[in-house]
Amino acid sequence: MKKTFKGIYLLLIMLFLYLPIFTLMVLSFNGGKTMNAWVGFSLEWYEEMFNNRQIMEALWNTVTIAFWAATIATVVGVMACIGINFMKERHRSLLMGINNIPLLNADIVTGISLMLAFLLFGISLNYGTVLFAHITFCIPYVILSVMPKLKQLENHTYEAALDLGASPIYAFFKVVMPDIMPGIISGFLLSFTMSVDDFVITHFTRGAGINTLSTLIYSQVRVGIRPTLYALSTLIFVAVFVVLVIVNIIGNKKEERKDL
Amino acid sequence: MTKRFFSGPFLIFILCGTLIPLGVIAFYGITDRSGSFTFDNITAIATPEHREALFLALALAFISTVICLIIAFPLGLILKDSKLGKKGFMVFVFILPMWMNFLLRTMAWQVLLERNGIINQVLGFIGLPSLDIINTPAAVVLGMVYDYLPFMILPIYNALIKIDKHVIEAAYDLGASGIQVFRKVIVPLSVPGIVSGVTMVFVPSLTTFAVSNMLGGGKVNLIGNIIEQEFTASSNWNLGAGLSLVMMIFIVISMALIEKFDRNGEGNIL
Amino acid sequence: MKKILTLMLIAVMCLGLFVGCGGSKEDAKGTLYVYCFGDYFDPALQAEFEEKTGYKLVVDLFDTNEEMYPVIKNNSADYDVICASDYMIEKLMSEDLLAEINFDNIPNMENLTDNIKTFVEEFDPGMKHSIPHTWGTYGIMYNKTMVDGKIDSWDVLWDKKYKDKIVMPNSMREGYMIAAKKLGYSINTTDEAEIKAMTDLLIQQKPLVYSFANDSAREIMIGDSAAMAVITSGEIIYSKEYNENLEYVIPKEGTEVWTDCWAIPKTAKNVEAAEAWINFMMDGGVAKTNFEYLTYAIPNRQIEDLVDEPVLNPSAEVLRNCETLRNLGAEIDDMYSSYWKTYKAD
Repeated sequence: MKKTFKGIYLLLIMLFLYLPIFTLMVLSFNGGKTMNAWVGFSLEWYEEMFNNRQIMEALWNTVTIAFWAATIATVVGVMACIGINFMKERHRSLLMGINNIPLLNADIVTGISLMLAFLLFGISLNYGTVLFAHITFCIPYVILSVMPKLKQLENHTYEAALDLGASPIYAFFKVVMPDIMPGIISGFLLSFTMSVDDFVITHFTRGAGINTLSTLIYSQVRVGIRPTLYALSTLIFVAVFVVLVIVNIIGNKKEERKDL
Repeated sequence: MTKRFFSGPFLIFILCGTLIPLGVIAFYGITDRSGSFTFDNITAIATPEHREALFLALALAFISTVICLIIAFPLGLILKDSKLGKKGFMVFVFILPMWMNFLLRTMAWQVLLERNGIINQVLGFIGLPSLDIINTPAAVVLGMVYDYLPFMILPIYNALIKIDKHVIEAAYDLGASGIQVFRKVIVPLSVPGIVSGVTMVFVPSLTTFAVSNMLGGGKVNLIGNIIEQEFTASSNWNLGAGLSLVMMIFIVISMALIEKFDRNGEGNIL
Repeated sequence: MKKILTLMLIAVMCLGLFVGCGGSKEDAKGTLYVYCFGDYFDPALQAEFEEKTGYKLVVDLFDTNEEMYPVIKNNSADYDVICASDYMIEKLMSEDLLAEINFDNIPNMENLTDNIKTFVEEFDPGMKHSIPHTWGTYGIMYNKTMVDGKIDSWDVLWDKKYKDKIVMPNSMREGYMIAAKKLGYSINTTDEAEIKAMTDLLIQQKPLVYSFANDSAREIMIGDSAAMAVITSGEIIYSKEYNENLEYVIPKEGTEVWTDCWAIPKTAKNVEAAEAWINFMMDGGVAKTNFEYLTYAIPNRQIEDLVDEPVLNPSAEVLRNCETLRNLGAEIDDMYSSYWKTYKAD
């Protein structure tokens, strides 16, 4: 009884989270341009998607910005964690507090403050400014996912490696790195996801000409969103989903084998 | 000794990406178009239309946060006990929706909720009364809950799975009832997760403009909408910056709360 | 957990590679930078233009005139040709940001229809700086199964029997335009007493509104969720395709005529290419492609008979009462927006 109730609860929440996504997926196969009438099954939007250079450019920008923002944020974030770990308690908590600002700050305030700063210092808005803004809001996610792992770490193994004659850098890559790796990877992926999903900050810092998928969608609001964007989002979503499922199956099999 | 300097690049990003821009917005907030000093942009929050927008935003953000908490806490408990609770998998199930652009997801709710939309057609078909919430604050709350629910689920779930099984068992062994265990052990130990979940939902709900634009039908005017309007349509940047400064108060409060309850970063979303 | 993450990481990188393959670009005789509203011409024309003229085309998009304005003003990017609405063209002109166009290089100019010219003259006297791309009016789109009686006046929006069935535009100037026309004021009035009177009139009407929407108004109408919407004429062909009960009318009190124009900023680097682009856009065949893609009225003689929907090509009689939005200056804009805020907060 209790179990069924739990199952239903889970199911309802999944339904709530995935219902709009499912709706969009269905609409991407709609033969008409409208969201409010089913005209017939069609693949025309998928075809149009690949021939639309603006969409492809926006996709390219989205992916490259997310990739570089996540990569740079990961490097900077991991270095910061190591540095912070060696700081005095007072400085550490101050920095961790400041680290929370971009995370808690309203997107609109972050976006606007960055835009005003860029314009004030005469930096014209372009690809670089968007990338910078994305790195800024990605770093906190990296730090938050790496820091706990670093704290759990036994300092002795690192020291032991040093005693055995390893150089600090060698010891770091051989001893510390493997242990904090899950934190690094999830920080990277979370940054990547946040960057892909961001609209408000990109909207204010992109200036002329740089479109990501979010801003492209928003710019089409004036004349109505073309279903090509549903098609593209569906493809991206399905790709990520498939990878997740496969990975899980593999993961489960491995665990079963371990159990044997 | 030099290891501290590893955080150099981070400090540069903090300085250039967070602190200086906040300084600039403060500068805009306390000057007018011609650049002379004024507090008008900040006191403007007291005018009736701004005050009402702020109160409405506070009310809706509060309701959304409470609903998220009510949904997320039992879910966290279920996930904690269930076999599904493999950490990586659960995290991705709740992050996965973010791979569908958030504007499109919110727009999909519009299609679903419209008076003659999909949900109402289904309700009508099975003979139930229709759900007329589109273009009302209720729809905006739904949108907020939808968009920010993962930010409540993940920290609570993370706080819950960190609770040592033995602590709970010990409580039972000492004769505590199920309710007592829940009240005296589980809830207090998940406070860091709850606090960080609450702020991660409350702050973005308070300042959103896209959700209220799309699901409120232009009838639900929140402080975020007013700020966005000042920067885009009315192009009065100083007023927009001044109002943003007022919003910063809530962020400072959130930071103070997190500092108080979650010193060790236990309630992180990962 | 670690394996899952690693594989996710690989997937993300594969996605990057997949996209990377599509990103190559080749050289051409020069590059034309166009700055335009999102999705405002058929994207297939991009390749056609490049083939025909040999220029490489880079198109950047914006959402609103207000977003485009600081970019041109601060010259933060070099665009050769921009698309902007009437009042914004006037604003850019008043700040001396637009170049005069050399019409010798735009032979297709003769395709421009006459009815639009009087309106362009209003904001660009002598028509030296701008060439219309699309135009239209605001009017009432209604569902004939949901209304009774003849719909021909803005008054119907104040009719209590349509409570919760009316979609109003979600933009300040268009909202005031409706009130102005109903009260017989100019849509460009700067008189505070008149603005106050219009605000009061709109506040009376607010309880009847189902939603405020611009683009999505047509989706609401197609889905039968409202009885009438104030919307631009360009939406009717598209909307009718999916819901045959929809009709569009220009109210007898008159309305706003809007024009979105091409213009060349003073800072343009490649004026020749910009002229080639405008000339290309005014070609009869291209206008036809765009019309079919956008279904907005395009003022081109070559496609006049194609646009058989009378609301897209209103008679001189109908257009007599119409006006174009003008740029009113920062102070008047502030006054309008503070009244609009009290209206929205009410």
